[in-house]
Amino acid sequence: MAGEKKPGEKAPGEKKPGKKKTPGEKKPAEQKAAPKAAGEKKKWVKKHHASRNPVLARGIGRYSRSAMYARKALYKRKYTAPETKIEKKKKEKPRATITKPVGGDKNGGSRVVKIRKMPRYYPTEDVPRKLLSHGKKPFCQHKRRLRASITPGTVLILLTGRHRGKRVVFLKQLATGLLLVTGPLAINRVPLRRAHQKFVIATSTKVDISGVKIPKHLTDAYFKKKRLRKPKHQEGEIFDTEKEKYELTEQRKVDQKAVDSQVLAQIKKVPQLRGYLHSTFCLSNGVYPHKLVF
Amino acid sequence: VFKRFVEIGRVAFISFGPHAGKLVAIVDVIDQNRALVDGPCSGVRRQAMPFKCMQLTDFVLKFPHSARQKCVRLAWQKDNINEKWAATRWAKKIEAREKKAKMTDFDRYKVMKAKKMRNRIIKHEMKKLQKMASKKGKKPEKSEKPEKSGKPEKAKKSEKAPKAQKAQK
Repeated sequence: MAGEKKPGEKAPGEKKPGKKKTPGEKKPAEQKAAPKAAGEKKKWVKKHHASRNPVLARGIGRYSRSAMYARKALYKRKYTAPETKIEKKKKEKPRATITKPVGGDKNGGSRVVKIRKMPRYYPTEDVPRKLLSHGKKPFCQHKRRLRASITPGTVLILLTGRHRGKRVVFLKQLATGLLLVTGPLAINRVPLRRAHQKFVIATSTKVDISGVKIPKHLTDAYFKKKRLRKPKHQEGEIFDTEKEKYELTEQRKVDQKAVDSQVLAQIKKVPQLRGYLHSTFCLSNGVYPHKLVF
Repeated sequence: VFKRFVEIGRVAFISFGPHAGKLVAIVDVIDQNRALVDGPCSGVRRQAMPFKCMQLTDFVLKFPHSARQKCVRLAWQKDNINEKWAATRWAKKIEAREKKAKMTDFDRYKVMKAKKMRNRIIKHEMKKLQKMASKKGKKPEKSEKPEKSGKPEKAKKSEKAPKAQKAQK
């Protein structure tokens, strides 16, 4: 066959460039360089064969799925070892039930609870299929931007919230895009807190925070407001949630101290910066924000 | 009544337009509204310019009318107009205005603190003088007043100047 003779020539140095996926190759005899001919090389370089399924019209091939299976010799190309019977028997099934202790009135003992329960409601009509949309990502996957004027160590002026008008040091941007900010507490009673980028004026004054290490556990979950809502049996007076008053935890104090001690050291190096952070921002007659350089 | 006249060699300050803020010498008068103008040492090409956008300064150069740029330049450099201009109050006021507009929030705070301190000291001295005047009657104190008011002014001005310089950077 013509095919047998060719490999002798082809094998040694010849590399066929665009052999990857050029469609419309008809001859099955044009195999990749047979290993036996490449006596000089020990390994043979895998070259991708062109498509063995000639195109009749766009999207339609000459051969069926099963014919292609044979043509591509996929019966020879199984890459995972088949599962033996013992392995099949030993396969770990996912846990179906879990045992939980019985609490409440009939305390003590345990009960068995299914992990994946049957649905408790079957709608009479199926939900219609939603149209495909693209680019609609959930909030956690949104792109977070930060204004170029806000860099770690910038002094920001808070515009909203109970600390409005206060000048505050920016530490870093958190995962949700909010800015982690600290007074420091000793200067203007602003603790480690989150601030929104949009409600903040960035000044051009910067504190050198490059050496300050911010603990890793200060994330959004740490700062998130806690809401405890357990609907009890009585409906009488329990309309106010349990955690109305914010309580300061020891953890917060420790973290505040850790960060502030480092930041304060840097602030003390710049003359008058401490007093600046202590003061509040205000507008007066003849002062127009669009004319001010911050 | 009028002290500054449009004449050949009059140095003018351009108040608006593309060359706002630059100094220029009047080389020739074209008609009632325009002059041929040249500012070799201030980056203004020789061109016609309406009188409206020029404001006359006190400086006059000596060169003949329609003199070429080289002559204007020589006259300008001989009279050292650039330095003389920078020494005038007019130029200093312009500079101060620019610096004030460029002040950052932190600078404004520092200036506020400096002003406050200065005013406090002045007030303190004034109060002292007033007290003395009211106590001892008006006779012996009038000679002492001008001396004392001079001192705290100078002390505070020198303190404010470095602060203002810091603000300017």
